[in-house]
Amino acid sequence: MENLNSYLIVSAILFAIGTIGVLTRRNAIVIFMCIELMLNAVNLTFIALSRHLGNLDGQVFVIFIMTVAAAEAAVGLALIIAFFNNKESIDVEDVNIMKW
Amino acid sequence: MFDKVWLIPLFPLIGFLINGLFGKKIKNETVIGGIGTLMIFLSFLVSCGILMQMIGLPPEQRVFEKVLFPWIHSGNFKADMAFLVDPLSVIMIMIITGVGSLIHLYSIGYMHGEEGFYRFFAYLNLFCMSMLLLVLGSNMLVMFIGWEGVGLCSYLLIGYYFHKKSAGDAAKKAFVMNRVGDFGFLIGLFTLYWWFGSNHNIWTVNFTEIKAASHLLPYGGVVTFASLCFFVGATGKSAQIPLFTWLPDAMEGPTPVSALIHAATMVTAGVYMIGRMSFVFVKSPETMMVIAVVGAATAIFAATIGTAQNDIKRVLAYSTVSQLGFMFLAMGVGAFSAGIFHLMTHAFFKACLFLGSGSVIHAMHHALHKVHSNDDAQDMRNMGGLRKAMPITFLTFLVSTIAISGIPGFSGFFSKDEILWMSFANAYHGDLNIVLWGIGAIAACFTAFYMFRLVFMTFFGESRLSPKAKDHLHESPLTITIPLMVLGFLAVVGGYIGMPKLMGMLPNYFEHWLDPVFELANEYGSKYAHHGAHPSHAIEWGLMGLSVVIALVGIAIAFTMYVKRTELPGKFVATFPTLHRAVYNKWYIDEIYDYVFVNPCKAAGQFLWKGFDVLVIDGVVNGVANVVMGFSGIFRYMQSGYVYNYAFTMALGVVVMLGYYVFK
Repeated sequence: MENLNSYLIVSAILFAIGTIGVLTRRNAIVIFMCIELMLNAVNLTFIALSRHLGNLDGQVFVIFIMTVAAAEAAVGLALIIAFFNNKESIDVEDVNIMKW
Repeated sequence: MFDKVWLIPLFPLIGFLINGLFGKKIKNETVIGGIGTLMIFLSFLVSCGILMQMIGLPPEQRVFEKVLFPWIHSGNFKADMAFLVDPLSVIMIMIITGVGSLIHLYSIGYMHGEEGFYRFFAYLNLFCMSMLLLVLGSNMLVMFIGWEGVGLCSYLLIGYYFHKKSAGDAAKKAFVMNRVGDFGFLIGLFTLYWWFGSNHNIWTVNFTEIKAASHLLPYGGVVTFASLCFFVGATGKSAQIPLFTWLPDAMEGPTPVSALIHAATMVTAGVYMIGRMSFVFVKSPETMMVIAVVGAATAIFAATIGTAQNDIKRVLAYSTVSQLGFMFLAMGVGAFSAGIFHLMTHAFFKACLFLGSGSVIHAMHHALHKVHSNDDAQDMRNMGGLRKAMPITFLTFLVSTIAISGIPGFSGFFSKDEILWMSFANAYHGDLNIVLWGIGAIAACFTAFYMFRLVFMTFFGESRLSPKAKDHLHESPLTITIPLMVLGFLAVVGGYIGMPKLMGMLPNYFEHWLDPVFELANEYGSKYAHHGAHPSHAIEWGLMGLSVVIALVGIAIAFTMYVKRTELPGKFVATFPTLHRAVYNKWYIDEIYDYVFVNPCKAAGQFLWKGFDVLVIDGVVNGVANVVMGFSGIFRYMQSGYVYNYAFTMALGVVVMLGYYVFK
């Protein structure tokens, strides 16, 4: 695997895009998708390194991450729907009643 | 019958529970009063049974201990709920249940229509139970339960009219002063227990066991300390100098309470306690001297105050304090059976006097109420000439007054003369004897004076009521007059069971009766015998005659001042205004106590409240809270509520942590 670096670079770029998306966007669903992007960037790193090192552990981890991500998607979307029911909005700026 | 002794305190307890729990629902005064009176009367019957059985036994077998159930058993310490039946406790239960029954009966008439009628009878029953526990307890702890119980009931009954501030204050005063005494009692108890335990490995609070081991006690030393502590307890309960000022204030309670608790029974608990532990007290000559001196001083001191009071019940209250002083004088000169004898005769005539004054107040109150007058129904200056309107009350009152004054043939003479004689002829105090006798004799003169002053002002002369009110005066109902007549009868004949040997007409049954109880104490006391003189019969006759003359002089002065020449008291006051003011104001004792004890206590309380509690305690507590609030005031701004802030902080944190590991 001579081109491990290229995989890692793609992964890093994806992670950075995801992070910036989470920090800058207001729309809860977009933030949510950005988090998925970050998770998948990590998955890509796991797979690439697993292949590179000839060790299956990384791939097992990826299965776990995808399972957790699925559960998280279900819970997260439910939260967003519940929020929308209350506020008629999915803008995270409006989630502000728990501050000083 | 001895086995059934536990029934005696049980009946009043049942009465207390019935009236206390259901009295409010029963409402019917006859039923409530009937239950209360019946219960104490049943106790009286059981007591009579025990007395009868005891009379039938030879003197050695007259002590019986009934263990009801084991109470505290812990290591060396052992205290049972147990009753001691002996000649002394039998006399006490006879007085308590006998006089108690009469006063319960009286209360049905006297308390008629009062708010909280059931409460009164519940308390009265509870008091009888506590008092019976006190005298029957076979160890110091059971006695202490009773000791505290009667204090509590006294508090509750003095404060019976609790909506009146003066009654509430008097109740508090009585309770606090009793507590001071109780503290002494406890310290004495601990000292005796500790001394026997640590020196002889006898860990006991039981009277019989302490008596059996009392030969181990040294003369003086630790015994002086312990017995003085017990004596402090006795001064609190029995209103002696210095803890006597609560008793006159206790007259705020209803009159039957004054008769039962503050004349006949509770206040004699201190005398009883000294009698019960006489074998400890005689081992300390110092304590005996303190008791005798305090007793004599109280007798004369309270008697002087009694001469200038105008409230009929207050005169009687000071008279009680004074008579209790006589009892303590008897105890202090080793004349234990004379002291208990005076306790008994005093219970008869003083209960009669109090109940008689209650009858007078009842009639006065009624008459004044009818004409809508606000005059004080207890003030003797409003009375006068009552003997025509209230013949039975007058007669019983007069008989009791003669008895307390010490006129031969009446009960008070036998007991008081015995005390005076013993204070002259005892073996304990050497040269002090003549002083003790002198003080006692003068106090007896004062007693005759103020008691007849009371009788003359109340029952003789012309009525000082308005003519309209006078028409409403009438004799009290039968429930009131029957107890008066019974007690008046006892005040006359009660003394004949204890006639002095000298007169020789009857043997001194009373002294023989108590011999087994005080035998040991007298034996210990005989150690001092070499100090004592052996006065002849001629001296005894002479002193007896002298004390009669003294009493007659007191009566004659009272007769001159309050019947013959009624302008004399006014002249006397005009001649000695300072003296009169001092006596009228009770020698300013209350003011002195306020200045020396109460006000410093209040000041200390103020300081501890404003200075210590508010500044230090509250300061620390509030300070902690303020510091926490200050910090949270700063840190709460971290919670901006914006999701991107939290996310950014998280990302930053991750970067910092990664950076730390990468560039380490």
